[in-house]
Amino acid sequence: MSGIQESIIIRTVVRIMVPFIALFALYVIIHGASGPGGGFQGGVIFGAAIILYAMIYGIEDGKKIMSDKLNRILSSTGLVLYAGTGLLCLVFGGKFLQYNAVPLFPNPAETAAILMDVVEVGIGITVLAVMISLFFDISPPETEGDEMSPEEVEQ
Amino acid sequence: MIWILDISLLLFLVICAIAAITIKDLLSAVVILSAYSLIMAIVWVEMQAVDVAFTEAAVGAGVTTVLFIAALARTDGRSED
Repeated sequence: MSGIQESIIIRTVVRIMVPFIALFALYVIIHGASGPGGGFQGGVIFGAAIILYAMIYGIEDGKKIMSDKLNRILSSTGLVLYAGTGLLCLVFGGKFLQYNAVPLFPNPAETAAILMDVVEVGIGITVLAVMISLFFDISPPETEGDEMSPEEVEQ
Repeated sequence: MIWILDISLLLFLVICAIAAITIKDLLSAVVILSAYSLIMAIVWVEMQAVDVAFTEAAVGAGVTTVLFIAALARTDGRSED
């Protein structure tokens, strides 16, 4: 594990690739209504980008980006977005997730497209947070020996 | 012509599945399972199920492999049976 993390090639490639993977994930989420993809797949890809970063730069650096508190907040925010959109449709007299009942825009199809994207983003946020917290929980804690050895050599 | 592709993909699929459950080294089993997922994704595309193929490639070949390897790092990585 430490051999991979010290390689300059892997560190540089990961640093360059992570933003592009994240951008592709956003494309998959937004494009999900009219093609292959959707909230779940996009969330998984976005989570994989941050998991990749945490694998190479260490769990501690990964937790600086996605702390446990942020994970908890995000995984419930996505659920609130999804359920809130569904309940909004109930409030305006439609069925659960019956988008065209909401009088947001004059054109019901436009409203449906916007609310569908909100639902997809909610799914994506929850899946992203849950995937990352799964990785943080399963991955072994970094051993004391690997972390301490450079400092001990310097001392 | 396309049925040759189908047959060879399914053959690789069966070989990967049998190899993944018989091999003793668990890290190799995880990598073979990842290859199984990738071939399965191509088979899904072949069956016109692009959405399922997308999920299979992202979850099966990507995140699940990472989670399995992370879990393996806590064990000695050998199968007992």
